[in-house]
Amino acid sequence: MSPVAAPNRHGFSIDRAVEEGPAGTVHVRGRLEFLDAGALWTEARKLVVSASTPRVDFDLSKVEAVDGGAMALLVHLRNRLRAQGIASEFVGASPNVQEIVHLYEGDAHLRAVRKRRPEGAFAQIGRTTLTVVVETQLVLAFLGQMVLSTAATLRAPRTGNWREVWPTMERVGADAVPIVVLINFLVGFVMAYQGAVQLKQFGANIFVADLVGLSVTRELGPLMTAIILCGRSGAAFAAELGSMKVSEEVDALRTMGLGPIRYLVLPRALGLFLAIPILTLLADAVGILGGLLVGLMSLDLTIVGYLRETARAVTVWDVYSGIIKSGVFGGAIALISCQQGLATTGGAEGVGRRTTSAVVTTLFVIVLLDAGFTVLFHAIHR
Amino acid sequence: MTMGESEEAMIRVADLTIGWDDVTLQKNASFDVARGEIFAILGVSGCGKSTLMRYLVGLETPVRGTVVVAGEAAQHLDVGRPPFGVVFQSGALFTSMTVGENVGLPLHTWTDLTPEAVGAIVSAKLCLVGLRGVEDKLPSELSGGMTKRAAIARAMALEPSLLFLDEPSAGLDPVTSVELDELILVLNRALGLTVVVVTHELASIFKIVSRCIMLDKESQSIIASGIPGDLRDSCTDERVQRFFHRASRAH
Repeated sequence: MSPVAAPNRHGFSIDRAVEEGPAGTVHVRGRLEFLDAGALWTEARKLVVSASTPRVDFDLSKVEAVDGGAMALLVHLRNRLRAQGIASEFVGASPNVQEIVHLYEGDAHLRAVRKRRPEGAFAQIGRTTLTVVVETQLVLAFLGQMVLSTAATLRAPRTGNWREVWPTMERVGADAVPIVVLINFLVGFVMAYQGAVQLKQFGANIFVADLVGLSVTRELGPLMTAIILCGRSGAAFAAELGSMKVSEEVDALRTMGLGPIRYLVLPRALGLFLAIPILTLLADAVGILGGLLVGLMSLDLTIVGYLRETARAVTVWDVYSGIIKSGVFGGAIALISCQQGLATTGGAEGVGRRTTSAVVTTLFVIVLLDAGFTVLFHAIHR
Repeated sequence: MTMGESEEAMIRVADLTIGWDDVTLQKNASFDVARGEIFAILGVSGCGKSTLMRYLVGLETPVRGTVVVAGEAAQHLDVGRPPFGVVFQSGALFTSMTVGENVGLPLHTWTDLTPEAVGAIVSAKLCLVGLRGVEDKLPSELSGGMTKRAAIARAMALEPSLLFLDEPSAGLDPVTSVELDELILVLNRALGLTVVVVTHELASIFKIVSRCIMLDKESQSIIASGIPGDLRDSCTDERVQRFFHRASRAH
């Protein structure tokens, strides 16, 4: 019998006795601590990998102490030997050490662990399809509940959570004024600047007012405002309702006879629906002001001239169409965000996932609706 | 598993199967809860105690079986004033409202009381649970025990005759736990409140519970029902004995 590995500078030593016959023994000595886990793993693995006998036991009789991390590594190596068809046991452990061996199932029979197979293409398609079906069911159920709750609230207005509408309008409307003003002013400014470069070449400076006025009132005012509210209020709605869902607050509401749709969703939807047209009007105004600034600075236009041209180009219908759009966008933001929030499951991760999903879905739907409105308004107002 | 003929059932559960998706937790559960008793749903973690309570309060719709609470099917909660109060494991106070607003919410919704009258009732309910003067605090400013008490005050706001409590002692220190048990006993004795409590705290069980059922995870069924002390002393089922004698085993 001769040692294969020499003692090391750590609190333990490990070597394998090379014996005549079918059995080999790995002798472990000293204190096996997690701090030395790296060295223990390297040395023990070296001995185990080179094992060629049909049986390799771990002799723990000289082990003074062992902690959980070190034991876990030895058990893993023992299991690996067994998986290779080499019989292996921990032998000679003192009662204290044996308790740790038992705790880490070092004395248990190896059970075949079924490896999870990677999901195949068909399984992935199937799972995704089911997810889409379930999500569709959730959305349809939500819309159905919305209709029922709205009807019930209209029948018995006292049961509505009207007190929440005004604070919601303040949060989604008044509090969003600075960002809506800044973004839309810059949009009008940039559009005028880009347009001016082209129009100047033809001496058509004044038509910058037409370009900005029409673009802002018909498209960019409602769209940019909706996008801002989607990121600001939609995400807030989804996260708020999602947090309430996972902390059982929604369940608590239901057990008090307060339906979450009636109590949480309707006031938010109404608040957003009422606030967004006002913000859109503001967006239209500051967008035009952004264009005016460019007109004054680089196109030698006068304030009166610019505004008169804007008034000539932009009709009342242009403003109305933007307002109609914004109302629908507001409804979409509120409903999608609240639906996603109430569909939250799990914990903080679920809230994050649903919030992301709410924003992405809402943006997609807003752009889709905008395209639809553009075609529709073009058709009816030719 | 049923009560005596003379007793009136506050809750009747018949042939109820509970679970979600393709997971079944309990099959064909049938039991009654008598008016005025403190009834406990016992069992080890994961056996479906809290899920069963969700069915009893109508948060889940039974696919199979029936749950009748105070003479009505425990469904369609959104349609009116509920006949019971529920205290969730976490308390589930609305974090955006003060404690006073939390307790006052059901009163504002379901009564015609003036704000002053609601305020008076809120203060009285908070005093009842030993929380004087916390009306203007936010739930985040309360300790675990105070949160549970505030949740009880909210659940009691509409003077229900039935109170559900999901693991009221969970996460509380032993002293607060005992105080909460005493509060439940007082509410039961003084107001004649029927209480259904989900728990696995032995001290609570023997102190406050008048009758119980024990759910089993493996067999997905009710394996025992009766008075806790009787079950501990005379039930021969090994699982029941293991549940009731775990404290002495641990020592």
